[in-house]
Amino acid sequence: MAHSARRDSPELPDFSVLKRLARDQLIYLLEQLPGKKDLFIEADLMSPLDRIANVSTLKQHEVDKLYKVEYKPVVSTSDQLCFLIRPRIQTVKWVCDVVNADKAAGKFKRYKIIFTPQKFYACETVLEEQGIFGDVSTDEWAFYLLPLDEDIINLELPEFFRDNFLEGDQRWVRTGGSALHLFHSIYGPFSKVYGIGRCSKMVYESWREQVKEGEQKARQAEVGTVFLIDRDVDFVTPLCSQVVYEGLVDDIFRIKCGCVEFGPDVTSSDKSIKVMLNSQDKVFNEIRNEHFSNVFGFLSQKARNLQTAYDKRRGMDIKQMKTFVSEELKGLKQEHRLLSLHIGASESMMKKKTKQDFQELLKTEHSLLEGFEIRECISFIEEHINRQVSMIESLRLLCLLSLTENGLLPKDYRSLKAQYLQSYGVDHLLTFANLKQLGLLVEQQPGETLTVMESKMGKLVNDKTAGKLTDAFSSLAKKSNFRALSRRLSLVPKSDEEYDLRVPRDMAYIFSGAYIPLSCKLIEQVLERDGWTGLEEVTRLLNGHEFAVTGSNGADLRPQSDAQRIILVMFLGGCTFSEISALRFLGRERGYKFIVLTTAITNSARLIEAMLDNHV
Amino acid sequence: MAFITANWNPLGEAFYRKTELYEMCWNLRDGLRDCLVAAAPYGGPIALLREPHRRSPSSRPQLEIYSASGNSLASFPWKSGPVVQLGWTVNDELLCIQEDGTVLIYDLFGSFKRHFSMGQEVVQSQVLEAKVFHSPYGTGVAIVTGSSRFTLATNIDDLKLRRLPEVPGLQGAPSCWAVLTQDRQTKVLLANGADLFILDNTSCTAVSPPGLSPQVSSIVHMSVSFSYKYLALFTDTGHLWTGSAHLQDKLSEVDTKIRNPPKQMVWCRRPKSQQPSVVLMWDRLLLVAGVCNDIIQFPVEEQCVCVGELDGVRVVSSSRQELLQEVPLVCQEIFKIASMAPGALLLEAHREYEKCSQKADEYLREIKEQSMLGEAVRQCVEAAGHEYDIQTQKTLLRAASFGKCFLTDFSPDSFVATCRELRVLNAVREAGVGLPLTHSQFKQMTVQVLIDRLVYRQFYPLAIEICRYLKTPDYQGVSRVLKHWASCKVQQKDLSDEAIARAVCLKVGDSAGVSYSHIAAKAYECGRTELAIKLLDYEARSGEQVPLLLKMKRSQLALSKAVESGDTDLVYTVVTYLKNEMNRGDFFMTLRNQPVALSLYRQFCKLQEQDTLKDLYNQDDDHQELANYYVTASYREKRLESRLSVLQSAVDEYNKAKNEFAAKATEDEMRLLRFQRKLDDEKGAGLLGLSLQATMEALLALGLHKQAEQLYRDFRVPDKRYWWLKLKSLAEKEEWEELEKFSKSKKSPIGYLPFVEVCMKRHNKHEAKKYVSKVPPEQKVKAHLAVGDLEGAADAAIERRSEAEMGRCLLVAPPPTGC
Repeated sequence: MAHSARRDSPELPDFSVLKRLARDQLIYLLEQLPGKKDLFIEADLMSPLDRIANVSTLKQHEVDKLYKVEYKPVVSTSDQLCFLIRPRIQTVKWVCDVVNADKAAGKFKRYKIIFTPQKFYACETVLEEQGIFGDVSTDEWAFYLLPLDEDIINLELPEFFRDNFLEGDQRWVRTGGSALHLFHSIYGPFSKVYGIGRCSKMVYESWREQVKEGEQKARQAEVGTVFLIDRDVDFVTPLCSQVVYEGLVDDIFRIKCGCVEFGPDVTSSDKSIKVMLNSQDKVFNEIRNEHFSNVFGFLSQKARNLQTAYDKRRGMDIKQMKTFVSEELKGLKQEHRLLSLHIGASESMMKKKTKQDFQELLKTEHSLLEGFEIRECISFIEEHINRQVSMIESLRLLCLLSLTENGLLPKDYRSLKAQYLQSYGVDHLLTFANLKQLGLLVEQQPGETLTVMESKMGKLVNDKTAGKLTDAFSSLAKKSNFRALSRRLSLVPKSDEEYDLRVPRDMAYIFSGAYIPLSCKLIEQVLERDGWTGLEEVTRLLNGHEFAVTGSNGADLRPQSDAQRIILVMFLGGCTFSEISALRFLGRERGYKFIVLTTAITNSARLIEAMLDNHV
Repeated sequence: MAFITANWNPLGEAFYRKTELYEMCWNLRDGLRDCLVAAAPYGGPIALLREPHRRSPSSRPQLEIYSASGNSLASFPWKSGPVVQLGWTVNDELLCIQEDGTVLIYDLFGSFKRHFSMGQEVVQSQVLEAKVFHSPYGTGVAIVTGSSRFTLATNIDDLKLRRLPEVPGLQGAPSCWAVLTQDRQTKVLLANGADLFILDNTSCTAVSPPGLSPQVSSIVHMSVSFSYKYLALFTDTGHLWTGSAHLQDKLSEVDTKIRNPPKQMVWCRRPKSQQPSVVLMWDRLLLVAGVCNDIIQFPVEEQCVCVGELDGVRVVSSSRQELLQEVPLVCQEIFKIASMAPGALLLEAHREYEKCSQKADEYLREIKEQSMLGEAVRQCVEAAGHEYDIQTQKTLLRAASFGKCFLTDFSPDSFVATCRELRVLNAVREAGVGLPLTHSQFKQMTVQVLIDRLVYRQFYPLAIEICRYLKTPDYQGVSRVLKHWASCKVQQKDLSDEAIARAVCLKVGDSAGVSYSHIAAKAYECGRTELAIKLLDYEARSGEQVPLLLKMKRSQLALSKAVESGDTDLVYTVVTYLKNEMNRGDFFMTLRNQPVALSLYRQFCKLQEQDTLKDLYNQDDDHQELANYYVTASYREKRLESRLSVLQSAVDEYNKAKNEFAAKATEDEMRLLRFQRKLDDEKGAGLLGLSLQATMEALLALGLHKQAEQLYRDFRVPDKRYWWLKLKSLAEKEEWEELEKFSKSKKSPIGYLPFVEVCMKRHNKHEAKKYVSKVPPEQKVKAHLAVGDLEGAADAAIERRSEAEMGRCLLVAPPPTGC
């Protein structure tokens, strides 16, 4: 489809400065430990570090060998060890073990821990408790913002979600504030800040405080509007199966730090290939936001175009040939390589996703979102559990059911839980406790039995009229928050119209036209209304904590200025590629440019996995 | 005006003048007789200790502190031991060095601050003489003891005592000595008779000043210049030798013709001095001996004390104070009689101008012809800075201003700066304030230090006015003054907490750089905890509030402030502190009221202290969490028995939490574990730890159908699940007969379509077809399609009259050929 962006849409700011900043700071920190040293890097920092500084840069600054932190005794011979880690107690304990082992063996070395993005007091307590506080020097590498793409900036803090929302541990709030502060100090000043959610509010306050403490310079803002949103405002969206290309790739192959590893079934050779997925990849850039059903058509068209471009060679004279080889051929080759990869990936996905069960899965999801044939959905989930299709998927469906129905009936809750435990072991009692704590999977409170009626009626009538009947019912009494929200914001488009996925009407296209993501809809509404007025009912259903602050420190308030139309959306707790696609769509429609700043890229599997208690 | 040179005395080619600074405000009955006097440079305060050596217990000596102008700041009877020497630090603190080597430190207002000792051995041998000296490292103290040993402390704020090596042949005190700071080292120069020694950290070196007359038998007095660059020695022959402090060069040797040693000897020079000199003082005579061998004599009527300054010598007597200095070159040029310097001409021009005389023009022309007008203005401005008399300053500045009018591109900066600075200087020179600073001293000292000095003397309004007038940035100026003011204010015992807090808040407001926590800390130091808490409320940064609150033992408040701040590290600091301070019960109770802190601590415990976690849940009667804790713990147990017992605890807790479902599930798990154990023992099946489903799968795979059946019944596994399981397992093992038997055992709860699909998965079309007929009509089409029976499917679809299903058939059908 032709995504002709509005001609007046503003240019995105340049984020490469963030990388430079981080690199220079890291080099400075490495120089603080002069001489040759071995560098131990936390496993999940490997890829982010790779985006910032490559091995040769590190070698230039006297890093001798590089190791991954593996919680095993180290075999380094260097007398200077440098640890680049996240502020996690577990890792710090491991460092303590390393140091204590050296001490016991009578080896004297110099140690330095670089915490990123910041160090926590608890980490120092551990050093103190283990008696090595004096032996180790510590530093902070304020590497908050990793630009993944021209419009995505990642904090790479997956634990933010669990720590903050499940454990109630607010230690990352300040990190969020600092990240926003860093962004603000380079691309600000912001003139409008909107947000919803408790954590958002705290991050906002932490940021304000840091702004107050620091000095202020009057600058031309590059980004003028900010929207902060908590992940727990909208759990439904990330729990849905993704069907937009980039999201689907993430669901199936797992994109790690903007990079995906395609296995042999994709590359049609015997080795895996790592591919960077970002806007630099021309082929990918054009299909990333497309509904999967369009991708194949697009790719084959592309292949034909490519062939034509190759075919130009025929009938060229020597001179033309020369320019062709020097100017175009390389690009074509590159494009060819990428194209074949993406075709491979699409085929592999096709194989998995066009199977009957996937279709049925999608159908169930859509029924849940629309709220009819709930009984059928429950039996589908039951069968899903019984047949042990997938541990994570089953939980995902259970959560979706609970979220959309505002909890499960006590009877269903028990029986589904019991069956799940039989399938996957009793240790999932803890998982269920976590899910309950977070409100992802709960028991319906008495007095909310109307949905049962609805589903029974639905069963009786068993066709589209059921939807209307449900409507009638739900207006009668208290029902699921999601249903009410869905109605108020019209998240679920009327299902009797055909949805042409080639020409998307609205953001619902990212879920095959079945559902407009709540998070993105909120953003759209707030931007449209310039605040929360008129959304009182919605915010009440979302438990409040919304805020809107306009005008500060003499920033440019003209609504038409470019900076006002570049909007930073900060997701606290992660966001999905589908949401990013939806925002890109919204931006094209309205002449905005969205920049997504997220604590991590998430999807349904990551979200659910974060709820598991892995007992070692 | 003509009288400006009246008090000038020629010395060589230069002039010296003695300017009166103050009529002293003090009223000293016995003058300065029998007093130990210490006066600080830079117009610092004066301390007097009367009759320090009268040692009868009934009459204690009186210690008095005055400002430079003689205003009394403090006076109190001296109750400690005999004092050898008084001295001032660079921070305007008074050092009282006692005979026993103890040094007591008092502030400007006579309140005791702290003390330190110059070493244990001094208590025995006693201090004979002591000197206080200043260096770039701060204020130092040097003593010589009864055993003729020297001890040095270079910086009293960072006390490191250095005992210097022994001096050969020295008995008792040396005839004279001085402290030198050279090459970043502090040394002692001493004379024992005619011998000179330099003592440094490690050695004692004999030295001899170049060109000292050989007939000298003893050096009786010595003096080092303010900058430590020059040295003056007075010999028993009445000669004054001057030279560099390195003892490399000699400047001159003057015969004073007075044989008895002077009471005081001080260098008198100024930066860019033309004629440096040494001021010697005897009882009745003040002698200025220039390096040029010229001398000036001043008669002295009463006992005096000389204070060496950067650019002169202050002479303090009981009635007045004078500044003796070399007249600065620029002043000489302007005021010297018949001077034709451009500045002098400009001054004259302006004087004529004021008289409305046309001579003004002549003078101006003369200057302009030499194109020296700029120079003339500069001279007048500079000279104004050096003059102490306000009238003279004005005259000079007016002349400069007048001259400036005839210049087009003259930068006004120096003129403006001098005007401002003189205004400030005149204000602090007022007798009421009493800081007789010269312009050069002021420049050396900087505004910041001047403000500090004013603040020490509690001249807060003046300090603030000066800051505002000089437009000092708030951070260095007004805020700093306010901070000191507030710290002082909170010590006022006669005001209520409320009143002080209000007063402080009113004045300080939101001034940048004033930390309320700092003020609160001061209040707490004075024992006013309540006031401190009130003040802390104004503190915007929680990071600053919390440590002080902890110090004040307001841990609850500290915790809630920390939580409010949203800074988890801060919360954590408080939590760790509380953990160590409180008993466990109270600690947990405190946490309970602060959920944020509680979850932080829980997170930490999960990783570090599992047992504490259990205690925490116990305390809260949180049975649900406790049970979850046990479940987690059970996975850490290696042995089955202990695992079961931990799980039993979990069951108990779940029951207490009224979570019957979880209790039941856990009980089932225990049953399952026992069952698995039994089978493992009997058949070596390796089942332990598997889920129910996995166990059944494993059993079926092993062919243990009976046991699987038993589990199915015992654990009330839903029929559907069991059928799926068995179906899959049989198909996997391709036991088709078994499968058929199973399908007929009773009506399938999952229908027969799965049978078809399972067979097809194993590519067994033949078996699959057996079940197609059993499939209910609504799934028939699907079933037919699954086995690839297009015709059957089509028939079924037609039978059902379902267009959709017909469509599905068509979709898979091969494209029609032929037509």
